[in-house]
This record gives sequence, structure tokens and C-alpha cells, in this order.
Amino acid sequence: MLIKTESEIPASEITDPLIFKERRTIIKALLAMGITGAAMPVALANNQKPKWQNLAHDNLSNLALPPTPAELVKNYTNYYEFSLNKEDSTSLAQTLRTDPWSVEISGEVEKPGTYHLEDILRQQTLQERIYRFRCVEAWSMVVPWVGFSLGNLLKTVKPLSTAKFVKFTTVHQPDVMQNQRNQAILEWPYIEGLRIDEAMHPLTMLAIGMYGDILPKQNGAPLRLVVPWKYGFKSIKAIVKIELLKKPPLTSWNKSAPREYGFYANVNPAVSHPRWSQSSERQLGSSFFTPRRQTELFNGYGAQVASLYRDMDLEHFF
Amino acid sequence: MTLPSNKIWFFTIVGCCLPLLWLIVDIAANNLGGNPIQALHIRLGDWALRFLWITLAITPLQTVTKWRGMTDYRQLLGLCAFFYATLHLLVYLVVDQGMMWQAIAVDILESPYIWFGVLAYLIIFALAITSPKFAKKQMGKNWKKLHRLIYFASVAAIIHYFWQLKGNLAEPVMYLVLLALLLGFRVLVWLKNAKFTKMMIPKGRN
Repeated sequence: MLIKTESEIPASEITDPLIFKERRTIIKALLAMGITGAAMPVALANNQKPKWQNLAHDNLSNLALPPTPAELVKNYTNYYEFSLNKEDSTSLAQTLRTDPWSVEISGEVEKPGTYHLEDILRQQTLQERIYRFRCVEAWSMVVPWVGFSLGNLLKTVKPLSTAKFVKFTTVHQPDVMQNQRNQAILEWPYIEGLRIDEAMHPLTMLAIGMYGDILPKQNGAPLRLVVPWKYGFKSIKAIVKIELLKKPPLTSWNKSAPREYGFYANVNPAVSHPRWSQSSERQLGSSFFTPRRQTELFNGYGAQVASLYRDMDLEHFF
Repeated sequence: MTLPSNKIWFFTIVGCCLPLLWLIVDIAANNLGGNPIQALHIRLGDWALRFLWITLAITPLQTVTKWRGMTDYRQLLGLCAFFYATLHLLVYLVVDQGMMWQAIAVDILESPYIWFGVLAYLIIFALAITSPKFAKKQMGKNWKKLHRLIYFASVAAIIHYFWQLKGNLAEPVMYLVLLALLLGFRVLVWLKNAKFTKMMIPKGRN
């Protein structure tokens, strides 16, 4: 299925001259190294070669979007199993056991089973996709994810016609996840869900990496969901179970505060959170005195996904 | 009082400025994390709240410790709360929103938690401009009435604080408990006075 992204670039998308200049410097430095014969990407991350260097960018990427500096993305995570503090999860999550990893796929499918992550990956072609990620807390970042469409995985287990929803479950490791151990904040393990057509949509991906490298543990390693037109809390981390269901699952935030967090959680500037506006967002990496970015309906992916919600009252199904 | 009062003044003023200096150092050292604008905004708000609480603590502390000199510093501490609240507001308008007034209007209209912040600020603003001695003289009895609004400002401030939270409750609950103690003290005093006044009325007269 070929889905064209809009090519028009609004003024707000044009890279901040400062960041542009910074990038020029990096590119120049890299070129200089190339000329002198030094290994180019060595300088990129922890002096290790990124795992995937020349992944195909498919046409689902927003290539015009400048990715947020990786260090910001790695140190600004909402991983409530570990901490409420976005910076603390970075070190706390390192204790998570991610190898070996398997995913149970069950419910309304022809081929249920528990699949090793390596076996899943062997059947998939990895791609890099640059998506904007918009948090319900009104900030956003642009991340080059590495992964594949969730739909491609679901097709391999053959969903039955009775499969109307997909439920995702995060790993339960209370010995290392302190808030699971203390039963704090939310009911654990974390649960998320999608309607089957949302799950099968080619934009919906399972990510195993970002910035050309393996996903850091605090960012949801080894396997996380990315649904770019929905608020970030839908993009569940460290997935161990995928169930195809007849009925919508009760998702964690929806269960905890149903008035504030809906099942759909589509990015929508016109539908405020009951306590704060969703009309604009702070882009991570933007400098002081840079106005906030005006939030777009479906986070800017309306051309691809608006048809999924035709005739639906988005205010009611928030 | 053993310390000379000019020394206490000096240390109080330095104490009021320290959080700002600390913040400036953190900005210069790029030490504000992944979302520095939000961090700056939140830290200024936190200090406005803390100084407001400290201001409210003066009367109870004075009653408990019987140290009479404290009210001299209450004005300074209150103005300090106003100072940090003003910076908090300016960071929101200028540093975060870049003075895009239309966007600001939409944001405020759609964010109930901001309404309480605005209410708290308006009250503190009124208290700050009527803070000089000549204003106090001119206003007479009304001055005290107006300045009792600080209780409403503190309640609006704590609502403003709570209503923008997503999960982290530990620190806010601490401030809420402190505020309950600070305001509870006034209620106790009021109840005690009411009882006392009742006792003062000769029996059989009503």
C-alpha cells in the first residue's frame, strides 16, 4: 500500500537557523573525516558504530522534519514503571531484562503463539521512519524510529474476521520496575489498545530502534509501539503480549482517569484536555523565546488517517 | 533580638535572591534538562509558591516563638513571592509563548488550571502595589481587608499547581498539607477569639 505524505512544508516546519547551522557543522566535520579517511559515524554514539547505518527510508517518513537531538529523546521519557521523573528513567531502566524476549500473540487469530523476538524480526524488513511524537503533556519531538509496520506482523498470525481490537501489554518485572513493585500511580502492567483498522494502518509501527541504533531501554526496548497520530501514551513500551479481541480493551490511562484520557487519544488541537489546552506544543530542542508550535489535527497525519474516523464525533470519542 | 537588624535584613534579601541566582547558573550551564523552558517556568512557579507559604508562616511562627520582630520581614517576603510570580508569568508569556498573543489567549481560555494562576497573580499584584507604607496609611482599615486576600491567593495557587499535574503527587501534597496547617492556624485563632468574645458578653443580656 502506497501512502503519499504531503510534500508541502509550512513555515513553522523550517529548521531553526541555529539548529541548521549546528547540523552544517556536524556534516562538515563528518565530510572532513571522510576526506581524511577516518571512519565517519564513529563520533555518533558512545564511540560505537550504529547498528543500522543505511536503512531504507520509506515513503511514510516525514523527511522534511529535522530530528530532535538524540540525547534529548534518550533523557526525556515518561516511563512511569520506573519513575515519574523523565530524566530518572534513563538510569533506572537499565536494569530491565530485555534479552531473551518473546511476545505472546493470542486471541482472535489463526496462529496464536509465543514468538521469539528474533524470529519475529527475521520475517520483517526494517525501515527507518521519521515521525513527530506528540505527548499529551503538550510537548513534541521528532524521532527517526527503526522498525516495521505492526500490520505486517499481524498478517503473519492471520487475524480472524472477529478481531476488532488489539490489546497490548507491557512487561511485568516488579523486581526492577519500582512502581510496579509498589503498585504506585497506575494499575500494572500497562495496557494499551487500538482498533483493528488503526493497528493495520501502515503508519502504525513496532519499533526496535531509533537514531540508527538499538532502542535504549528507557525508550521502550526491546519492542515498542509507535502510533504517530495519537498522543504518546498510546505508544506502549516493552511489549510482551499482543491480543486480538472482539471488544475494546480497557486501557491504563483510560481506566485511571476516564474523563481525561480516552481510548482513541488522537492528537487534536480542538479537543482540550479537561485541565489544559492541546492547541500548541513545545518542541523539544527549540530555544528560548521560540513560540510554541501549533498542534495539528492527527499530529499532521490527517491525510493518511482522517478517513479512519469519518463520521465520528472526535469530541465524544477523544 | 541578638542579631543587629540590618544583618537580618541583609541575609533575608540575599536569601530571596538565591533561587534566582541558582536558576541563572543553571541556565548558563545548560543544566535545565530536555525541556529547559518548562523547567525554568516550573522552578519560578515553585519559588513563588514557596515564598508565599513562607509569608503565610510568619504570623503563626511569631505566635509560637513569641519573637516579635518578624512582621518587619513579612512585607519583603511577600514582595519576593510577587517577584517570582511575575518572573513565572513573564517566562510563560515571553520565553515560552514568544508573545504570540492569540495563541496565549487560546491557551488560557482552554486551560482551567491557568485561570487559577491568573486569579492568584491578580490578588498578589494588588497586594504588591498597596504594599508601601503610604498606601497602607491611606487605605486605613481597608488595607487589612485587602491583604487578607492572600488566603484566597494561596488557595488559588495550590489549585493552579494541582490542576496541571499528571502523576507526580508527592511534592504537591506536601505543599497542600503545609497550606492546610498555615490556614488551619488562622481558623483556630479565629475560633478561639470568637469563643473569647462570646465569654466576654455578660450573661442574660441577649
